[in-house]
Amino acid sequence: MNLSLECTDVSVCLADKTLLAPTTAAFRPGRFAAILGPNGAGKSTLLSVLAGQRMPTRGEVRLDGRPLAVHALAGLALRRALMPQESAVAFDFAAAEIVALGRYPHRGLKGGPVPDDEAIVAAAMALTDVSALADRVLNTLSGGEKARVHLARALAQLWMPPPDGAVRWLMLDEPTAALDLAHQHAAMRLLRNRSREGMGVIAVLHDLNLARRYADDVLILDGNGGVFQGAAAELLEPPLIQEIWRTPCQQVESADGTPQFIFG
Amino acid sequence: MSRSNRSRWSGRTVLGAGAGLLVVAFVIAATSGAYAISPSQLLGVFGDAWRGVDNPSPEHLVFFNIRLPRLLLGLAAGAGLGLSGALMQGLFRNPLADPGLIGISSGAALAAGLTIVLGAAFFPALPRTLGSWTLVTMAFGGGFFVTMLIYGLSQGAGGTRMALMLLAGIAINALAGAGLGFLSVMATDEQLRSLQFWLLGSLGGARWSAVVLVGAVVALALAAGMTLARPLNAIALGESQASLLGVDVERTKRRAVLVTAFAVGAVTATTGIIGFIGLIAPHWVRMLAGPDHRIVLPASALLGAALILAADTVARTAMAPAELPLGVLTAFIGAPMFLLMLRHFRGRV
Repeated sequence: MNLSLECTDVSVCLADKTLLAPTTAAFRPGRFAAILGPNGAGKSTLLSVLAGQRMPTRGEVRLDGRPLAVHALAGLALRRALMPQESAVAFDFAAAEIVALGRYPHRGLKGGPVPDDEAIVAAAMALTDVSALADRVLNTLSGGEKARVHLARALAQLWMPPPDGAVRWLMLDEPTAALDLAHQHAAMRLLRNRSREGMGVIAVLHDLNLARRYADDVLILDGNGGVFQGAAAELLEPPLIQEIWRTPCQQVESADGTPQFIFG
Repeated sequence: MSRSNRSRWSGRTVLGAGAGLLVVAFVIAATSGAYAISPSQLLGVFGDAWRGVDNPSPEHLVFFNIRLPRLLLGLAAGAGLGLSGALMQGLFRNPLADPGLIGISSGAALAAGLTIVLGAAFFPALPRTLGSWTLVTMAFGGGFFVTMLIYGLSQGAGGTRMALMLLAGIAINALAGAGLGFLSVMATDEQLRSLQFWLLGSLGGARWSAVVLVGAVVALALAAGMTLARPLNAIALGESQASLLGVDVERTKRRAVLVTAFAVGAVTATTGIIGFIGLIAPHWVRMLAGPDHRIVLPASALLGAALILAADTVARTAMAPAELPLGVLTAFIGAPMFLLMLRHFRGRV
């Protein structure tokens, strides 16, 4: 069986505006893929199409070889989570209540041991360092704290493999944008660890250095209809970066030997 | 004000307090009125009823023929309005939403107006077939029809658009209001009085048959509404996030609108328009217990019932033997509460 997530010539148009130019890409479980590109290139749109949140105008997304559209809503919820870029939550829900909503699809499932949702919520919150915020109202938290709560919710949603053992896909829209330096690296390590446990991880990122250090693969949308997909180590080179982001770029080596980029 | 979860009451505490409040309101409402019944007499009445005494006391007759149906209608009406308010606020993701937004009250009012003012001239056969149920049936039908119209108008690409529903509701409500104004100009003085009486809301028309009907509808609405509690919690994250969690958002919307149309439609058709209960009860509950709909839905029903029983007791006794319109009282209490709510939300609007 083909256990990948693929999109073929997907494009999204709204009225006469193209949000996503035709894009073909494939993602594999056990890999951490970063979607990169300038503002307005369609990164978030592509992610929402891959998650099944948005129907592409043309083209098709296939999960495990079957069109995404034929997967049931409830079944998808057991194996695919999407951490939103920003999210306005109505009412004064506490952070722990928001994370607990990640367990929504798992309630009342037949077969297998009954998961301890409370323990899962607590563990997910510990992973993103929001345990101390559990009782706080989400809407009173800072942007970075909110992002870590939503990350914990996505982790809680995919905490265990679904009953049929299907591959889980963790998708994140700019998960590190609002985070401080320490939490950025902690979140990226967390995502890489998840991919090593067999999940497919796909994150929209802006920070090329984080992508170079932590991601296995990159998918670059250049904003002019060009799509580049390959290993992060091979694709992320100063010439291509300069061409796509129109910013001078030089490559240096950090103390641990990871290539990093200096801009300007 | 502390925004920490620790200052919240637990769900069980809030439900217990709501039930306690309802019992207190029920006892006060049962004992006060034109014919005062003391608490000990009330116990005696229940005792008689339990033993099946043949020769009942006057208080027994008053209680079972006049007061109890009125209290039970109030209880059902308050529960239906409180529940529906909580459903609408959850669906619109807005604490200031109200069942009136989707046209139930205005549709019912327009249909009641048509029946009262034009009924005799244009549909003389109606009372013959529907009898004393004519006004109730027409009002329920009008509310339901207008709600479905607004629901239909709010269908856009990708399903029901809540912003469209809000705007369609405002337009249709204005249209119904204009129709009602036109009818009130055409009405005779007598018709105007009965229309006015209906628009201001009252439990005075309580009879056992109506109590049983409204009670059954509200009980079913509560049961159906509770199945929407968890989906509504997820919808607080936004509709698209909720669907990523496996919530069938369209089905949830459809059911919430239907449950509200039935509950508020049945209540309004028998009592006339009683405002502000559906707006305020859920808001109070959320301030005490937090926004979890598994608590907010049933607790809003309890609190709504207690509020209506309290308001109706004042309506019956404050200017006795005259009776104040219940809708006027709930608005008198409700509007200042609404202003306080606006102050509370000012920081976040």
